[in-house]
Amino acid sequence: MSDHHHDHASEPGSPLAETDLRVRALESLLVEKGLVDPAALDAVIDTYETKVGPRNGARVVARAWVDPAFRARLLADATAAIAELGYMGRQGEDMVALEDTPKVHNLVVCTLCSCYPWPVLGLPPVWYKSAPYRSRAVLDPRGVLREFGVELGDDVEVRVWDSTSEMRYLVLPERPAGTEGMSEEALAQLVTRDSMIGVAKVTPPARGGPR
Amino acid sequence: MNGVHDMGGMHGMGPIEREEHEPVFHHEWERRAFALTMAAGFLGEWNIDMARHARERIPPARYLASSYYEKWLLGLETLLAERGLVTRDELVTGRPRGRSSPGRVLKASDVGRVLLKGGPARLPERVPPRFKPGDRVVAKNVNPVGHTRLPRYARGKRGVVDRDYGVFIFPDAHAMGLGKKPQHLYGVRFAARELWGPDASPGDAVYVDLWDDHLDPA
Repeated sequence: MSDHHHDHASEPGSPLAETDLRVRALESLLVEKGLVDPAALDAVIDTYETKVGPRNGARVVARAWVDPAFRARLLADATAAIAELGYMGRQGEDMVALEDTPKVHNLVVCTLCSCYPWPVLGLPPVWYKSAPYRSRAVLDPRGVLREFGVELGDDVEVRVWDSTSEMRYLVLPERPAGTEGMSEEALAQLVTRDSMIGVAKVTPPARGGPR
Repeated sequence: MNGVHDMGGMHGMGPIEREEHEPVFHHEWERRAFALTMAAGFLGEWNIDMARHARERIPPARYLASSYYEKWLLGLETLLAERGLVTRDELVTGRPRGRSSPGRVLKASDVGRVLLKGGPARLPERVPPRFKPGDRVVAKNVNPVGHTRLPRYARGKRGVVDRDYGVFIFPDAHAMGLGKKPQHLYGVRFAARELWGPDASPGDAVYVDLWDDHLDPA
């Protein structure tokens, strides 16, 4: 686990303090030159910190699990199906849903930069944007999955999707056994961000867990 | 360009470090660098492909040593200076020498609408596809010095067109100021063994999004 919890930006002389000063200087420069409106910056930040995130994608997945017609629409035209739930726009203009089955496991990466479906998953985690993941996901997906705790048999086909265009990929993970009768809302609670990137399976709730 | 950003298939980058309960941003400056990049992009002085190319042009040693939003900051400074929106002198001193006259400035009241609208790369032009699903193709062996979305690991490799996504902007041209060059975009399936040799798992595959200009019939 990396140590990102402490904000070193305040330590004078550290590289982060320099970066912090540099960003402040750039913002004040652009504001003074009339190029950016600081209130718009606040609105952008608020959108991605509080409004857009993986709970959106989890609702899409849970809907697909309980509604076969929605599932069919999602697999046929993910952009339109996801828009039915109100999720659309920047970095999700053209969506594709990738269906996991007992014989197919999908994994999403962007080897060239950090492409990621913002409207359904929010902004990507640091590991997704990091050199270790970007370099190895295409070469050794099974090794990467093992690091994430997912062991796949030889009878399972691994499909890695390198997001080299503006198509954005959302993995539709398998619905775990033992979840029959759970509500759509409760199912959405089971769906993790990592399962929609393809580095995790969705696990059933612990016995006696939330319903 | 054959930059260090094109890292699919490289070794030695270390373990994948995950963080439990990771925040969206780790520092206040990351919030501001992200939002500044979004707002400055709205000025319309460059497109997203140019923005990616600006980050790819960060010298390799610095690229690898920089955090994600440090790369965004470096890319943004490059674009602002190259377009003459700010001078290098202004970037160093932080003091403006006069106001710019931008075409459009992102307002707080427009943020919601702008983000929901996005910036579609799909184009209405009717361009005939060169390939159809099931066609065998080979990715071109090319080494352009400019921007390309054809990763090195796929060049010269044989694959099969899995799906035709329709007509899209061609980023390799768009990033270089050469227009949109509308053409079909495909999901191309490459067998893992075609890409990586006999040690790869026999049934596995990598799907790469590639355009007509990246592909030849095989």
